[in-house]
Amino acid sequence: MRSLIDIAELSIEEIDELLQRADDIIANPKKYAHACDGKKLATLFFEPSTRTRLSFEAAMYELGGNVISMASAGSSSASKGESVADTAKTVSCYADVIAMRHPKEGAPYVASINARVPVINAGDGGHNHPTQTLADLLTIYREKGRLDNLTVGFCGDLKFGRTVHSLITALSRYSGIKFVLISPDELKLPSYIKKDIIQKNNLEYVQTTDFESVLPELDILYMTRVQRERFFNEEDYLRLKDSYILTPDKMKLAKEDCSVLHPLPRVNEISVAIDNDPRACYFKQVFNGKIMRMSLILKLLEVEI
Amino acid sequence: MKIDSIQNGIVIDHITAGKGMEIYRLLKLDNLDCSVAIIKNVHSRKMGRKDIIKIDAAIDLNMDILGYVDPGVTIDIIRNEMLVEKRRADLPERLENVLYCKNPRCITTTEQELPHVFRLTDRENHVYRCMYCDVKAK
Repeated sequence: MRSLIDIAELSIEEIDELLQRADDIIANPKKYAHACDGKKLATLFFEPSTRTRLSFEAAMYELGGNVISMASAGSSSASKGESVADTAKTVSCYADVIAMRHPKEGAPYVASINARVPVINAGDGGHNHPTQTLADLLTIYREKGRLDNLTVGFCGDLKFGRTVHSLITALSRYSGIKFVLISPDELKLPSYIKKDIIQKNNLEYVQTTDFESVLPELDILYMTRVQRERFFNEEDYLRLKDSYILTPDKMKLAKEDCSVLHPLPRVNEISVAIDNDPRACYFKQVFNGKIMRMSLILKLLEVEI
Repeated sequence: MKIDSIQNGIVIDHITAGKGMEIYRLLKLDNLDCSVAIIKNVHSRKMGRKDIIKIDAAIDLNMDILGYVDPGVTIDIIRNEMLVEKRRADLPERLENVLYCKNPRCITTTEQELPHVFRLTDRENHVYRCMYCDVKAK
């Protein structure tokens, strides 16, 4: 039995297998319509989420499976003080696979060592969000046809942005990747990711606060939202939230084939006017997220097609 | 200064000078009824100065703590006044309930029964990270 807590648990070969399967799901959806007949996914979301939860649920329904979930964290036993371990053991009796989002970092890991079924980390605090990374990888792969030899810019909140940390971890294993890290000083990428991941893999990187000067060299621009819920201090949030806003004028500086990604939801960091730009890929990412979750569920449930 | 040799027990040798008392406290040696000697600032050809602890009883030592607090110490096991085993404490790959995670977002802050587990991620720089949230131990 296998869980997915951190994207680094998947080898490059396994990611490739998930991407190939995702391509096949997109090409032949009917082939997978009953792949998970009789199986149940439990979505345990202890933190608000729209797209990730709906994406997991849609993924399971499109595989022919069913979904059970709780209405909200407030209505679960967690509000009565039940531990994550006990919740995981209990839900294992009802479902074949669990998708868990939790505000506390490491909660899905605790669930995975106590559950009798696979646990998928659907986001734990500012820590990991591996299925968003799978969606990001599929988007890059489908847009560029490769995951190597790319200059990838990350812009916005690189400190608390768990999707940024996971995607950097995943891309660091491919050759010829250059990272461009654009953020205010207060929201820089944590040093352990720079040291343990980027530098350890001998990858080139640039750290800057100047968005416009680096925009022309990017193959991929990964925008992020400054997340209010990660700040202990409202003043800091208000001061930093509008640091970088992508507008049509700025997009004129970008390459003609630069793909703009965003894990969504956006607030105002990408102007709505960019949505019609063919380089805007963030809604494709949403679709790809559902497909990669289908691919992952099939893998973790060891379903043969 | 003369300290009697021990019959059955342990000698923790090559302790960095000044760390003897810290190790004494961490190993809770004050709870033992047997003779315990802390010898400070002993001349050492290799280290210049070192501390030594002699424990006149055969007890189990938490090598993980020793390896973490002072990697490089040696543990001599004495039986019938003879050295029967010499171990070297190295940085352990995993520490359980030795370090405590200070990250307010970590699951260990709300679930008290969870063991605090840290794994060694950078041996050269002695870096440990929380098993749950990956935050570096301070």
